[in-house]
Amino acid sequence: MSALLSLRNIWVEYGEKVVLENVSLDIEDRSFVSIIGPSGAGKSSLLRVVLGQEVPTRGKILLDDTPLPPECGPDRGVVFQRYSVFSHLSVRKNVMFGLECAQAPFTARLFGARRRAAQEEAEEMLHAVGLGDAMDLYPSEMSGGMQQRLAIAQALIKRPRILLLDEPFGALDPGIRADMHALITRLWHDYALTVIMVTHDINEAFSLGTRVLTLDKRRHDPHAPHRYGATAVYDLPLDRKEKPADLAADAAQSPGGNVDAATASSPSSITIDKDHNN
Amino acid sequence: MRWVNRKVGRTNAFIMGAIPIVLLMIVYLVLAGDRHAINPNDKILPLPSGMVAAMSDLVTQPDRLSGDYLFWSDTLSSLTRLFIGLGISTLSALLVGLVLGVLPPVRATFGPLVTGIAVIPPIALLPILFIAFGLGETAKVALIVIGIAPFMMRDIAAHIAALPREQIIKAQTLGASSWQVMIRVALPQAMPRLIQALRLSLGPAWVFLISAEAIAADSGLGYRIFLVRRYLSMDIIIPYVAWIALLAVAIDLLLTFSSRRMFPWAHGGDR
Repeated sequence: MSALLSLRNIWVEYGEKVVLENVSLDIEDRSFVSIIGPSGAGKSSLLRVVLGQEVPTRGKILLDDTPLPPECGPDRGVVFQRYSVFSHLSVRKNVMFGLECAQAPFTARLFGARRRAAQEEAEEMLHAVGLGDAMDLYPSEMSGGMQQRLAIAQALIKRPRILLLDEPFGALDPGIRADMHALITRLWHDYALTVIMVTHDINEAFSLGTRVLTLDKRRHDPHAPHRYGATAVYDLPLDRKEKPADLAADAAQSPGGNVDAATASSPSSITIDKDHNN
Repeated sequence: MRWVNRKVGRTNAFIMGAIPIVLLMIVYLVLAGDRHAINPNDKILPLPSGMVAAMSDLVTQPDRLSGDYLFWSDTLSSLTRLFIGLGISTLSALLVGLVLGVLPPVRATFGPLVTGIAVIPPIALLPILFIAFGLGETAKVALIVIGIAPFMMRDIAAHIAALPREQIIKAQTLGASSWQVMIRVALPQAMPRLIQALRLSLGPAWVFLISAEAIAADSGLGYRIFLVRRYLSMDIIIPYVAWIALLAVAIDLLLTFSSRRMFPWAHGGDR
């Protein structure tokens, strides 16, 4: 069986500086891949390459065995840590944006019945992320957590093949973050998503992911630290059998939280595949 | 308490803002009164009564030569030139700023040209405009446009180019084309900034308008001021200057108000 997304010998270099060296990955459909690693290890570069925001210096990326065009497209959705929503549009219109772009190439606006259909679809998506009561607010009137919910709804309305999350919950306080973990887990399950998430939070990486990638430099030249790039030094598939009490509790508190036991995992249940490491 | 921490309430701010203006008026009245005590026919610092007398002819009596009410016809012709100039500048700033800000190849091609035009002192171009367009309305409007449009274009282009990269990327992941990014993401977010740039350009626009009118015109606020200067008619010049100030403040307030009404999302912080 072939993977949904394949990275083949990806190198990312900025002039002399090598950021990523020789990264090869296969990402399965419906997996939830967490990417961790120290600052400057190229986590975000890897995400930008997959997103199409950046073109790798060498190597190729295949989505469904076809090479990805070197720019962003609707097959890959994204949620950044900040600035992911349009501050000049209301919540509802933020979500309708994706539908309008596809259906009205010239005006990027819909009218009449098609507008109502798009509006209903957007509202349904907003209810799914728990923003049913905030449809007419502008993003500046909402909290950080609500803005991230909106950013997720906005991305999901396009039914992307892959959802990319760049430290999506990094700027949120711990309580809200737990809610968001429950939300993303539920959405991942309900919408059969494939997710790649970059995070600084190791707990988050392990509790949400079905697979954890650690990026770091394998070699280090103290006289020329920029000459070696990072690559995936650990690639841990997570064995998700136990039902962690804390995550289940979070899920139970969240509105409509029905986290399946199989979708959550805890660090205690990881099995590290030693042969996989190098 | 440190002065940086002193807050001023609404009423107090109004009173405090009025104090210097009122003081200045009192100083003027005292000086004018002194001069008139020595010479009742003094022209340099006219008393308010003198200004009213001089102005009432212009405001309420038709001119014997042209049959126009000069004050109103001056105002009308100046505002017409100003608004045509501002309109053309705003529209071109929006169009040029938008493509310059969103499309890197266009920015690379035309950015230096716009910058080059922007650094030329517009008054230096006035002779060229008079030669090219004659002494009519076109040259005056063109001076305003050349004076403020490049600044506005650069401002809008820079503002759009500084929109968070994430937004442009996000729009593309939602399926937006370059055109859709321009009209749905960049354009609406440039609008409040455009009004801001227009407000900042009002001052220069008035400068260019008055200069053009001073040099060659047959009506207009600037024309009148420079005409009556020959007779030392401060009793007309001062009311005209005050009227220009009043018009400028009114336009500024109108722009601020309309920005708040039309783009509430851009004023979230101070609502």
